[in-house]
Amino acid sequence: MKRVIEKTVRWILTGSGFVTSVVILLIIGFLFTEGAGLFGEPVIEEGYVLAVNGENPVKEMSAEEIKAVFDEDITNWKELGGPDLAIETFRLEDADEYFTEEELGPQYGNAGAAIAALVASRPGMVAFVPELMIPEESGLNFIEDRNISPGEVLGGREWFPTATPSPLFGILPLLAGTLWVSLFAILFALPFGISIAVYMSEVASGKVRGFLKPVIELLNGIPSVVYGFFGLVVIVPMLQQVFGLPVGESGLAGSIVLAIMALPTIVTVAEDAMRNCPRTLREASLALGATKWQTIYKVVIPSSMSGIASGVVLGIGRAVGETMAVLMVTGNAAVIPSSILEPLRTIPATIAAELGEAPAGGAHYQSLFLLGVILFFITFAINLCVEYISSRNRAKNN
Amino acid sequence: MEKIEAKEVNFHYGDFHALKNISMEIPRNKVVAFIGPSGCGKSTFLRLFNRMNDLVPGARLSGKILIDGKDIYAPDVQVDELRKDVGMVFQRPNPFPKSIFENVAYGLRVNGIKDKEFIAGKVEEALKGAALWNEVKEKLNASAYALSGGQQQRLCIARAMAVSPSVLLMDEPASALDPISTAKIEELICEMRDKVTIVIVTHNMQQASRVSDKTAFFYMGEMIEYDDTKLIFTNPRKEATQNYITGRFG
Repeated sequence: MKRVIEKTVRWILTGSGFVTSVVILLIIGFLFTEGAGLFGEPVIEEGYVLAVNGENPVKEMSAEEIKAVFDEDITNWKELGGPDLAIETFRLEDADEYFTEEELGPQYGNAGAAIAALVASRPGMVAFVPELMIPEESGLNFIEDRNISPGEVLGGREWFPTATPSPLFGILPLLAGTLWVSLFAILFALPFGISIAVYMSEVASGKVRGFLKPVIELLNGIPSVVYGFFGLVVIVPMLQQVFGLPVGESGLAGSIVLAIMALPTIVTVAEDAMRNCPRTLREASLALGATKWQTIYKVVIPSSMSGIASGVVLGIGRAVGETMAVLMVTGNAAVIPSSILEPLRTIPATIAAELGEAPAGGAHYQSLFLLGVILFFITFAINLCVEYISSRNRAKNN
Repeated sequence: MEKIEAKEVNFHYGDFHALKNISMEIPRNKVVAFIGPSGCGKSTFLRLFNRMNDLVPGARLSGKILIDGKDIYAPDVQVDELRKDVGMVFQRPNPFPKSIFENVAYGLRVNGIKDKEFIAGKVEEALKGAALWNEVKEKLNASAYALSGGQQQRLCIARAMAVSPSVLLMDEPASALDPISTAKIEELICEMRDKVTIVIVTHNMQQASRVSDKTAFFYMGEMIEYDDTKLIFTNPRKEATQNYITGRFG
C-alpha cells in the first residue's frame, strides 16, 4: 500500500513537471512559428498586385517606397530609377472618377478590362488592384511580388501595419520606445530604490522598518491598470503643465509610472542583500574606527553589490514587459522618439493595443507575434543577466 | 596609572544580567587572558572596551571603564576615535571582500589618510608585524579571500595593527584555526606585547597559560579570580577556578 502511494506521488510530481515544461515549450514554439510566418507574407497585400504600364522599366519597389508613392510623397518615377514621368496612383475606390457606370458594366463585370486599358493608356500610372481582375495578356507589368524580409522588419524605421497597399512592419520605433522608457524608468528608480534600501536596512529602527517594508511590498500588489490610471490622471497633466507640452502623454510619463512600479522590486532585493551583509564585516569595519556611514558605503554596499545589481536588473525586467500602465500614459505614437517628452510606444503596448484589430493569420497578426518573440528575447537576456550575477554572488559567498 | 580600569561594571541584555559587579585593572603592555566556560560573560566584557556592545539593542551598562584614566562611556567620547585606539580581532577571520593591500589600508583610509606612500609604508610594516609579509608581498592585489584561514586571521591582526592602536582586543582569535596557525598567532601575541596592551579571550587554557601575564576567570557573569597567570594555573585561590582549569567542569 505504502509503495503504491509513493509511486503515485512520484508519478504525479514527475507528470506535473513534465507537463509544465511541455506547455512552456509549446507556447514558445507557437510564438516563434507565428512570428516567423511574417517573413512568408508578401510585401503587397495578399491577392493584390501593383500593375504598371508595360513600358515602365521599374520592376521592384520596397514596402516603404510603395507607401511613399501612394501617400504621394514620391511623385515621379525618376526617384525610383524609372523615366522622368509623373506618378499617377489608382486604387479600386477611384474607379468612379475614371469610368462611368456603363463602362464598368453590371456588377463591375468589365472593371478589370477597363482598368487594364486605362493603365495601358497612361504610362505613369500604377494601379493597386486584385490580381484576378486583370485579364491575362493585358500587356501590363506587375511590380515584383517579394516576401517581407527580416531586414525590413528589424531595421525598418516605420511601423504602419494598416497601410495599404503595403503595410510597414519596421520595429525600430517600438524597440526604441521600449528601451527608452525602460532606461529612464531605471534612471529614476535606481537612486530612490538604493536610498530606500539603505535607509531600511541600515538606518530605520525596527518599528519604522516593520511599517515601511510591507507598505513598499504593497506597491507590488497594485494592479498595473491602477498605476496607469494614476499616471493618466496625475502625472500626465502635471508634465503637460511643467514642460508646457501640447500633450502630456509622453515617454517621461511612462518612465515615471514604470519607475514607481519597479521600485518595490529594487528596494526589496537590494535591502535583503544589504541585510545579508555579514555582521562580522560591519563589526570589523566599525572596530577599525570607521563611522557608520563609512561602513555602509565602503563595506556594506560593495559587498552586497551583486544583490543590488540583480534587484536593478529584475526591475528593468518588469519595466520592459509592463503593458497596461505604459499603454495608458505614453501616447502610443509609433515613431522613433527624439526626446523623452514625446509620445512613444512600447512593444508590449503595441501587442495589447493592436491584436484585437489585426485579422487572425494575416501579416499584421503575425508581426505582433514577432514582436512577442523580440520581447521574449529581451526578457530572456535580462533573466540570463540575473542568473549570471547571482551565480557570481553564490561563488563569492562560498 | 593602569592602562584599563573597570569599576563596578554591571551589564544587562534586556532582563539578563550578563556581567555582575566586575572591577579589574589591566596593566600597560601586558597580555591579559579571560578564561571561562561559554556564556560566562568574558566576550561581553571584552567588547565593552571598544564599545562594540553599543550596537546591541536593549543593552544597559552601569559602572565605569577607564582607558588611560579617561571614561570611555563619557558623553563627549567619539566612538570611532576610541575604536582607532582600541583595535579588535574577532573569533573568525573576517577580511573584507577586497584585496590584501586594501584590507590593511582600510583603517588608514577611513581615518582620512590620503598619502599613498605613507599608506604603503604602514601596510608593509603591519604585514611584517603580523609575520605575513613574506607570504603575500608578491600578491598584495589578490583578494584576501584567496588566503588560508590562518593567513586571513593574521591579515586581520595586521589590519587592526595598521592604525597603531594602544590596546588590542582578541576574541578567541585562534578558535577557528589549526594548531600550526594557532602557534603562529600565539607567537605574534608574544611579539606584539611591547607595542600594545593585549586582552585575549580564549577557551584554550594552555593558550592562556602560554601567552598571558595575567589571567581572569569568569563564571556566570562574575569574575571569580584575577591574578598572575602563573598563580592561577598553579595555585588558584578559589575552588571554582581549580575545578575549571583541571577540567572538572566547563
